[in-house]
Order: sequence, then C-alpha cells, then structure tokens
Amino acid sequence: MKYYDKLIFELSRPGRKGYELPENNYGNDAFSALPADLLRKDNAELPEVSELDVVRHYTNLSNKNFGVDTGFYPLGSCTMKYNPKINEELSGLSEFTAIHPLQDEKSIQGALELYYNLQKALANIAGLYEFTLNPYAGAHGELTGLMVMRAYHLANGDSKRTKVIVPNSAHGTNPASAMVAGLEVVEVKSKPNGSIDVEDLKPLLDDTIAGIMMTNPNTLGMFETEIMEIAKLVHEAGGLLYYDGANLNPLLGKVRPGDMGFDIMHINLHKTFSTPHGGGGPGSGPVGVVEKLAKFLPNPKVKKNEDGTFSIISDDESLGSISSFLGNFGVMMRAYAYILTLGKENIRNVGPLATLNANYIKESLKDDYLLPIDGVCKHEFVFDGLKDKSTHVTTLNVAKRLLDYGFHAPTIYFPLLFHESMMIEPTETESRETLDEFIEVMHKIAKEAKENPEVVIEAPVTTLVRKLDETGAAKNPILTYRQYKKETEQA
Amino acid sequence: MPHTEEDIQAMLERIGVNSIDELYSDVPQEVIFKEEYDIPSSMSEIELRKHFEDLGKKNRKLTVFAGGGVYDHYSPSTVAHLLQRSEFYTAYTPYQPEISQGTLQYIFEYQSIISELTGMEATNASMYDGATSTAEAVFMMVASAKKKNRVLLSDTLPERVINVVRTYSKYHGVEITVIAEKNGVTDFEAIKNELEKGDVAGVVVATPNKYGIIEDYSGYADEIHSKKGLFCIYADPSALAVLKTPAEWGADIACGDGQSLGMPLNFGGPYLGFISCVKGMLRKMPGRVVGVTKDADGKRAFVLTLQAREQHIRREKATSNICSNQSLMALYATIYVALMGKQGMKEINVRACDGAHYLYDALIATGKFQPAFPGEPFLKEFVVKTDMNIEELNKRLLENGIMGGLDLGDGRLQFAVTEKRTKEEIDNLISLIIA
Repeated sequence: MKYYDKLIFELSRPGRKGYELPENNYGNDAFSALPADLLRKDNAELPEVSELDVVRHYTNLSNKNFGVDTGFYPLGSCTMKYNPKINEELSGLSEFTAIHPLQDEKSIQGALELYYNLQKALANIAGLYEFTLNPYAGAHGELTGLMVMRAYHLANGDSKRTKVIVPNSAHGTNPASAMVAGLEVVEVKSKPNGSIDVEDLKPLLDDTIAGIMMTNPNTLGMFETEIMEIAKLVHEAGGLLYYDGANLNPLLGKVRPGDMGFDIMHINLHKTFSTPHGGGGPGSGPVGVVEKLAKFLPNPKVKKNEDGTFSIISDDESLGSISSFLGNFGVMMRAYAYILTLGKENIRNVGPLATLNANYIKESLKDDYLLPIDGVCKHEFVFDGLKDKSTHVTTLNVAKRLLDYGFHAPTIYFPLLFHESMMIEPTETESRETLDEFIEVMHKIAKEAKENPEVVIEAPVTTLVRKLDETGAAKNPILTYRQYKKETEQA
Repeated sequence: MPHTEEDIQAMLERIGVNSIDELYSDVPQEVIFKEEYDIPSSMSEIELRKHFEDLGKKNRKLTVFAGGGVYDHYSPSTVAHLLQRSEFYTAYTPYQPEISQGTLQYIFEYQSIISELTGMEATNASMYDGATSTAEAVFMMVASAKKKNRVLLSDTLPERVINVVRTYSKYHGVEITVIAEKNGVTDFEAIKNELEKGDVAGVVVATPNKYGIIEDYSGYADEIHSKKGLFCIYADPSALAVLKTPAEWGADIACGDGQSLGMPLNFGGPYLGFISCVKGMLRKMPGRVVGVTKDADGKRAFVLTLQAREQHIRREKATSNICSNQSLMALYATIYVALMGKQGMKEINVRACDGAHYLYDALIATGKFQPAFPGEPFLKEFVVKTDMNIEELNKRLLENGIMGGLDLGDGRLQFAVTEKRTKEEIDNLISLIIA
C-alpha cells in the first residue's frame, strides 16, 4: 500500500465543499445586521475539501493505527480487553444519542433508568452502597473520590485531616489527584514485592491523615495480603480507604473492594467493563462509596421515586458538581450492555481467567526475562528486563522489537521500583493461541538479544515511521498546522 | 472469553497449579465473594437488543428549541461513519508513536483547528468537558500568577460552568469571586474595582454568554493585564467561526465545550472540553499535546510532546491530574470541521443566526413575549420575557414532540435555533404557542 503522509489542510483547495445545506428561507438577513466589531476579522483557515477527500484521508489515517481489533495489546495497567460490537451499536441508538440533557424528566425516563440500573449493578459488584457515574475518567474519579473524603472530614469538623497516604509504587495520577484536591501527599514505602510496608505505615497514622489511596492487587500485580490489617489500622486512626480501580479486573467475580474495607473507589469503565479506549478517551470513572459517604457524592444524582419513575436531584450536602451533566453517558451504555451480557453467571469468570492468562505468560517467559518477584500474580506482572543483562538490550528495545512482530508493547518503565520494568497484562479475552504466539515472539527476541543484539536495538524496522526525534519535538514545539507551515516556509 | 476446558487444564499445568482457585490462595478467605451477584442473568444479543430498545422507548426524541450550552447542530453522516473505524476507537493512548500515527495526526489536526477558531497559538489534545476545562484554566491562571490566588468569574458564564469551577476551587484552595451581571452582560466596572485590590490572578468571561448575548469585551485585556492578571474567555467553538475570537479580544486563554462542533446531544456526554492559550503559557497548560517531528529516515511524524508537565512524570508537582483526553470526540470535531470547512462553518452560523432572529421576531410579534435584554446582539440563542405560564406551555409543546425554551425563572424563557431548524418547524412552534 502506498505510504500516506498528507495533513487534511494539505488537501485543501479554495472553494471546495464537503457539505450541503438547505436553502435559507428565513428572509431576514439578521446575521448581516450584527455589529461588525463583534465579528472576527479574518476567516479561520479551515480545510476546504470534498466528502471523498475526508473519507479517504481518515481511512488512511486509521490504517496507521494499532487497536485491540488489530492485534494483541498486553499493556500493563490498561486492561485492553476486546470491545464487543453489539455495545457499539446499542450505544448509538438514536433514542439515546438524540436526547438533550435538559429535556423534561418525563421524556428521558429510559436514560435515567439505565443510569440507575448501572449504578446499582456497580454498587453490587463492588460491595459498596452507591455510585455516581458522573466522573469522566479514572483520574477524574480519583479527584471526585478524594473530594468525598475531604467533604466527609470537613462535615465532621475534622479540618486538620489534610494528608493522604500514597504508596511510592502508585500510579502517577494518585499523587496528582491528591494535589488537585488540596491534599498533601505522604508516601508510604513498599516492600520488595510491592506490598505496603505495614510497619512503615503505622507511624504515619495520626489525626492529620484523611485516608490512604491504594490499589489491590498492587502495581506489581500482587495481592496485598495484609489488606484487612491495613484497613483496620487506617479506620482506627479515623482515616478512610480509597481504592484505585485501575487493577479491579482480576477481582471481578472473586473479591469485592467493599468487603476488603474500602470506603471509596473509582472504576475505569474503559478497563474493567470493556468500553473502548478511543485512542485516549472518552472514558468513564464512576465513584462508589459506603453508606455514610453517599450524601457527599457529586450533583446531579439520579433517584428512583416510589412510583418507579426516575428523577434528577441535587443534594445540599453533596460536595458540589464536577461535570456539566451526568457524565459520559455514551460510555455508560456500553458498560451496561457488557454487564448484562456477562450476567451474574459469567462475571464470575472474568477475574479468574484474566489471572490465569497472566500467570501463563509469566511462567512461560521467566527463564528468559527477569522476574523480580516470584509467586502467583493476578491480572498482570512485571519483568525487570531481559534475564541476561550482558546483552545491553533494554526494555525499550524489546518493546520496539515487539512492534516489528505485530504486537503492541507492554507498559514500560513503570512501576518505578525497577530500572527495566516491563508490565504485561493480557486480559481474559485473549485465547491461548494468541498468548502462545506472544510467548514465542518474546522467546525469539530474547534469543536475538543474545545472538544478534543489533537487530533488537535497531527496532522497529517494519513500522511506518521509526525512531522519532522526541527531544527535537519538545525543544521546538510545533503544535499547529499554521505554525508548521510558517516554519517550513522559512526553512 | 475464548478458553476451552482443555485450554484451561493445559495452562494450569504450565503454571504448575491444580486449579484457578489456587491462583487466589494468597487472598484471605474472608474477602472471597461467595454469594450470588444481584445483577440479571446473562443476556444473549437478541435479549440485550430488546432490553435497550425497551429502554429507548421510554425516551422521547424531540424537535429541540433549547440550548443552554448543548446545541442540536446537524452532523453529516460521514462523521459517525468514520468514527466507527475500530483502528481508531479500540486504540489506547498513543504512547507507541510508531503504531499510533493515525491518532497522533488527528489530534494534531484537532489542535490546529481549535487554534484557528480561537486564534490562539497552542491547544491541547482536549479535556473532559467545557466546565472542567474552565476549572483547569482557572488553575492555570493561579499557577502563572505570583502569589495571587483569586479569580473573577463573570456571572454571565453558564451556571454549570461556574458550579464546577467552584467545586474544583473549593478543594484546591483557590478563591472565586462571581461578578454579578448587569442587564444580562458582564459588569466591567465591578471587575475594575476588584482588580484594584491587587490580588486577582485572572478573569473569566463568556462569548456568547449564557443568555446567548455577544458581549463587547473592548478594554478588558488592557485593564486586566495592567493589573498583572490573566484574561480567559469561555467560548462556543462553533460560533468562533464568525465571532470575534478570544485572541482578538486579547485573551491569554480560551476554553469551552466542543459539543457545538456537530456532536450528538448524547444526553450530556461524551463531548469534549478544549483549552487554548498564547505561546507564553504553553508550559502551564494541562493535558496532552501532540507536536510535529521527524523519524530516523526524515519522514514527518507526530509525537506526544512536552510530557514533562504531566502527572505521570511530575506526580504531585503536576499542574493537573488529567491523564487522558476525549480523543475520539476530538476526532469527531476534526472530521466535522473538515467536512463543513471554511465556508460551511460560517454558513451554519449565518443560518442559525437568521433562524434564531426569525423565531425571536415571530415571538415578539405574537404580543405575548417581550425582549429580556433589548438591543443586545445575539447569534443563535436568546431570552424573552412572558406572562404566560411557562410550565404549561412547555408541557403542551412536549406533547407535540417539541422541546421548548429553557425556563430561567421570573417569566424568562431561553430559546436556541440551529441550522437544523426549518422555517416550517419554527412556524409550527409559533402556532402551538399562540393556540
């Protein structure tokens, strides 16, 4: 196939059109009467292209992308499971996409019922009391959950609880969300296996602690076996436990965060509940809480009335609103469809099979790749680069070589606990054949690293572009076509 | 879940355990969930489709004459069609640029388009929605100002935007002062008085404002900058194809909601938030940014850049906790604007403006409505006053499949018209109102 490298702006020809509007028959010329000093002087330099130009251009761009539908995506911490097609179709039903968020409640009962049902289902799956579906993403959920935490302490007159404990192995969003929520971050050390060091935790637990943010399994894919002890200690100190739902998938059908003592959590619907990642979004980050915190959840809320109808309400004790309306409704529809497809029977298998797949890869590769922590993992695990360190082939090299073999790379250089982290998460939707192909390629790369390291270091060689100059891009950021055109014309 | 029983046995053997349960032997027994889940039994596609269709029947698609920040613009079928390319929607964040050039390039095109509309030099890869992008803009202003922690919001910003900014600011520790409006527009004198106090990091106003009025911000930038404050304009990006841009008003930051770029009403989401700024503020801008570069063979390529600002590097020292963008909605906006193009983006505004004035004139002509803000210019949305019972009126319209104007209280009713509303639909609305 011919290499395609045009920008939409470069297809533009003055006067070309890709749309048609009906005749203007209002007969008033009102626009012309607007004061000229309120209008822009020059036209925005937008593309002038035909419909076919647009179709070919974006189809060609799509061919330059790798998605779950293209191939295996073992990206640790991201839960790249298959996105069922029926969910795409149902979420596109015009009875949902064509309703305005400010329509009269009587005319949106179906949408409110869906929101309520999904909220209830998540609460049951998580072992918590109530969810808000308003947060737009995982990080937005974290922020919302931490606001709930603060609102709770403030309502108790406990204004000095301004610190939140975060493990040093945590996802970068955890400390960043705490900062945005106005909380001070206190780090707790991890033991070599990534678990929280309970002895290090104890002295931190005083009356300035608002709570702790954790994920379980932790970022190394290991279950926090001392979770009940941690929960007890934090609760005794008057703090709350926040569960980062990024690693919920292995627990689905097996363990409920609420039963482990967590008070607040967010769920990434785009991870655990199979809604597409969309190239980076839109996601959805519902936040669930125990009963005593429910009143603090953000407005607006969806309530079921005694007559079985649904209403949108605002709660005076709520922390306020964090979104324009009721969140990314289109994403919720897909997650709801996924839950109904699984049903109470099949949901039991999600976590266990994700865990089976991860352990299968781990055990198959641990002779070639350095497994810093042995033992049973959950949905993901971390290698610390190749086992044979004499080759000087890095995790980055291996990742790029995987692209040559048609796989997406794992998450690399996270967690920060190791120098050559390579975090692999296969998810439950991948077949044994796919896992075997991946394992075979990983063995092959390890062999190449030993016998012909240059091949791995030079990778990728089969991709459309290779070895991009990222430093140059950051040094002289060119962020728009206008700027690009100006700079290339000058050069 | 594709495994056969045979697969599972073979895999367990490789791992060296006897059962999947053994993989959970490290989990305390007391937290293993043994009860039945309180969710329905598994549904087949046939049952699932039926369930969604039944729920759908409880919603009503209406002929929309309301806006309030969400506008019923027409989107050519090409947009939705291209969005179904699963190479786009099943991809993750483009962290591996070699196999993500599709996503990276459309984000670059999106940034270029929004920058053209706002007149600003830089735009990020998108935010959650207009309200949260405004909250981030407020934090950006505070982070840029030295030791100033107060931001002024005009009361003519959409109420939902003000509410979200208030929530974010309350927890983050930023002081917000809402400047009461004066006859539907921003009170510049009151802003000047507040600026005199010397503690204002920035000012946020809206174009068009929450009533649909196109406000005149002449003199604002000079006044705010002379007091070492920053100026942010919340804007409707579709309207910016014709309205004076935030850059032309002298703003440092532009933000807003991308819904008006042809996005379906979607019951409130997903849409996107945008944020643009002048070059000097680039490194304070939150979120992802895509830039141009070259690959080893000299080919033009696109990469995520300036990542040193972001949460996964800076952790608690980051300017924001955002670690995603509304990528697919940015693609939506990009394809929509590409199709409408330079002329089309203007034409839909002219059409909406003419249609809105046609409705406005017709309402006034009934004798039942008066202008709420006489003489104030508007584009596609306006407010009228009436003695009619608004609740009853809107109920009657709903029975006829119409979403009437938004009830603002005190006998005020806010209508919006897009290029999608025909003259016949407007005439029908009027006849129902006077019936």
